[in-house]
Amino acid sequence: MLDDIVIGLEIHIQLLTKAKIFCNCSTTYFDQEPNTHTCPVCLGLPGSLPVLNQKVVEFALKTALALNCKINQTNLFHRKNYFYPDLPKAYQISQFDQPIAINGFLEIVPENSRTGRTIRVNRVHMEEDAGKLIHLERDGQIVCSLVDYNRSGIPLLEIVTEPDICSPEEAIAFLQKLRTMVQYLEVCDGNLEKGSMRCDANISIRESRTGALGTKTEVKNMNSFRAIKKALEFEITRQRRLLERSEQVLAETRRWDEASGKTLSMRSKEEALDYRYFPEPDLPPLTIEQSWIEQVKNNLPELPEQRKERFVIDYKLSNYDAQRLIEVKSLGNYFENAAQYYQDYKNLANWVLGELLRCLGEGNIAIESCTVSSNDLVELLQLIDNKTISGKMAKGIFEEMFKTGQSAADLIKKSGITQISNEAQINDIINKVIEDNPETVQDFNAGKEKAIHFLVGQVMKHTKGRAQPDLVLNLLKERIDKNS
Amino acid sequence: MPLNELKAVDYLKLIRKREISVEQTVKDILKQIDRLEQTLKAYLYINREGALQEAKAIDKKISSGEDIPPLAGLPIAIKDNICTKGIETTCASKMLKGFIPPYDATVIKKIKEAGGIIIGKNNLDEFAMGSSTENSAFQTTLNPWDITRVPGGSSGGSAAAVAAHEALIAIGTDTGGSVRIPASFCGIVGLKPTYGRVSRYGVIPYASSMDNVGVLGKVVEDTALLMNIICGYDDYDSTSADTPVPDFLLSCREGINDLKFGVPREFFGPQVDIEIKEKVKEAINKIEQMGGKLEEISLPYSEYSFPTYYLIVSAEAGSGLARFDGVQYGLRIEDNDNLEDMYKKTRSKGFGAEVLYRIIMGTYALSTGNYDDYYLRAQKVRTLIRKDFENAFRKVDLLVCPTSPELPFKKGRQQKDLLAQFLPDAHIIPVSLAGLPGLSLNCGFSKKVQLPIGLQIIGRPFEEEKVLRAAYNLEIELKEVNSVQPNFTFNSVSG
Repeated sequence: MLDDIVIGLEIHIQLLTKAKIFCNCSTTYFDQEPNTHTCPVCLGLPGSLPVLNQKVVEFALKTALALNCKINQTNLFHRKNYFYPDLPKAYQISQFDQPIAINGFLEIVPENSRTGRTIRVNRVHMEEDAGKLIHLERDGQIVCSLVDYNRSGIPLLEIVTEPDICSPEEAIAFLQKLRTMVQYLEVCDGNLEKGSMRCDANISIRESRTGALGTKTEVKNMNSFRAIKKALEFEITRQRRLLERSEQVLAETRRWDEASGKTLSMRSKEEALDYRYFPEPDLPPLTIEQSWIEQVKNNLPELPEQRKERFVIDYKLSNYDAQRLIEVKSLGNYFENAAQYYQDYKNLANWVLGELLRCLGEGNIAIESCTVSSNDLVELLQLIDNKTISGKMAKGIFEEMFKTGQSAADLIKKSGITQISNEAQINDIINKVIEDNPETVQDFNAGKEKAIHFLVGQVMKHTKGRAQPDLVLNLLKERIDKNS
Repeated sequence: MPLNELKAVDYLKLIRKREISVEQTVKDILKQIDRLEQTLKAYLYINREGALQEAKAIDKKISSGEDIPPLAGLPIAIKDNICTKGIETTCASKMLKGFIPPYDATVIKKIKEAGGIIIGKNNLDEFAMGSSTENSAFQTTLNPWDITRVPGGSSGGSAAAVAAHEALIAIGTDTGGSVRIPASFCGIVGLKPTYGRVSRYGVIPYASSMDNVGVLGKVVEDTALLMNIICGYDDYDSTSADTPVPDFLLSCREGINDLKFGVPREFFGPQVDIEIKEKVKEAINKIEQMGGKLEEISLPYSEYSFPTYYLIVSAEAGSGLARFDGVQYGLRIEDNDNLEDMYKKTRSKGFGAEVLYRIIMGTYALSTGNYDDYYLRAQKVRTLIRKDFENAFRKVDLLVCPTSPELPFKKGRQQKDLLAQFLPDAHIIPVSLAGLPGLSLNCGFSKKVQLPIGLQIIGRPFEEEKVLRAAYNLEIELKEVNSVQPNFTFNSVSG
């Protein structure tokens, strides 16, 4: 049976405002002592009232506009009622039928695909985050549950897509693009592991022939791109197998279990809560003036797409390199800082995307805390270009720079590993190499042009890579010509 | 005269003339409390040491020649659903027994900053739900005029305390009449300002879209005096209004020649006690004699007020009171099997019957499939009721009517007839739904048993100034009424 995969995403992003959404408490709660970033409002103490942080609206506007949404000028907040210990008021202040924005879209190009796809965005709305439960265990048994309300009231933006996504790869492409975008907008750090970006997925299988929609399941608890991809793949396979056996897919919420690599049932649709949404009487309707929308629109920073185009035009980079450079805003910034002082852009891009990313990746280090500044890298590249060191030596030096934080010049001075450009010194080595490899010399004389590269390699080996390769080649040719 | 019998305005005059001390006033109040409280039960908490300490501190300031703060140590009783930092705030519910707020409500903050003293916390119907103060989980407050009757509610403790001179003035809350009804039943002045006039921050909600902080005073001037302190926009309450606050005390003393009074036909129907109708009509005649113009008007949708009100407040209460779940503060039943069991047991045992009724009804009204039929429809009718008033206020400046259609009733009636508890609210609730200012002024007494009769004056949004002015002028005309005091011999009877 031919079928189509139907996926819709619900993404929550924590906004990087200084204060929480309805009070003045600080949002920098991560790794802080429990319940130190709280007040009567975010603790939901009796009598406390919410006051909307206007920065949250501004951040929501930025994101919605970047997602090509239509902004609702009249916003309502609603109460979503349910009981859970991490929800101190027993209702979450959210938006329901009058969210801040609707009907947007995002263009994506999935990995290994040449054609772009448009994923429609159904809505964007503002809401508050809940606290966090901490379970104390003894011998695998929960003996005590504690609540940390530091996260309570952190502003969230929920972004809901239409079910336009047809594969796990497209889902990842959408999320990566969204993450890059919110980082560029500086509204969210986009960290899935820390939970500042969270994603739930609705998945179903549609029969291609009839177009009949299948029953959907909702999958939660995926904390990395890898987990999302694996969870989606698992869920698709699971549903397909059920359908192949003519069994039913149950409408339910499922949880991704990282350890077992499976999605597990959490609750069925019948058990779903009735949230009894109604307009929040403690907050008056929010009116967003057209002038505010225009102001935010006019002040939007350069977005990833625009930056990519600029990189291709200004720096003559390939689409692929440009895309990789802009994907993380700070990496793009690093490149641009270096490009101010170094004009061989292609070479620079190769170094940033090659050695730099490799070292960062190996050490699991963020570009922000990289010890090699963009100026340091430029200095290193200039030392290659003026032939003080070879490209090969430079790679070793870069690693040292990365490890020690010292500049290229300092490292070279310390170890004396400059390039050997003394002809007499190189000629002595050449004599020895020719002596040791008479057959290769013969092969070259017999017309095997490539044989000379072996000889160059031998010279480089003897000089531990410090000889200047161009010079070695010239001197070798000269010497062989003379000999023959 | 013992100082606890002073009007607030007279107290301030005497303090400023340095003829009396704050300490002596507080002591006289505490003496009266000691004399009557055993019977009256108006207070849930008496701030003895705290109030005396404050009083001494303010006296010291005054004697050292420092500026006298606006309220100059005025002892004020506070309804126990308003958060007072460091003082237990229970909402007269087992659910909040032992809850000590870590913060002051904005209204408390303003009172403290103005030099007011909190004398204690008053009894109320649990979470302000009721009109007799019999729904308190802890005690039943009695009417100082007749201790076989209720003081009205839900601010019954505050009204009884003021009427019995156990406080010079009190702060209550009014969602559907909870300041005006007890003011009427206890023969004092009760003002519910326009919705948004006074910050609700720190007021434990019953129904957010209708809760108001109000004042219960012995006379109109006292009410105006405290209004000057508590009104105004608050950064902590998004529903508070950024509307200028006039000097109510100054403006209420002006005349009423310019004012036109509407008499709503619907509020003089057969539901109204004959004696009440008579007294209110006498007062209306006085208004005319004083130069006020009269016109009969109609509020056709007011008859739908009760179901509209009950649906909206229940829905909001069902959500607003959900936070009392045993997790963070207040009551928790520890003997439970799991989380859900803890919620169920805690909430079943923590809330009284009336609160549970409303939570259940509110939950039902908001459930999927019922929302449009109940909550949404109620909101639409609320708009119609509001429009009734808008139409009326195109013709007149103020409306006058009986506050309650019935006299203070005997305690225990509610147990026999659940719906009867809403009878007193008929003329009160439409005003609450429309968010308008309303004041109850005593306009006389019934003949057989001497029971107070209240007259309600209703104004346009944010026109408390006119409401107070009309009330002040009428109060002077009715001065023989104000000379009558409750008979406090009951303390020896029951004591």
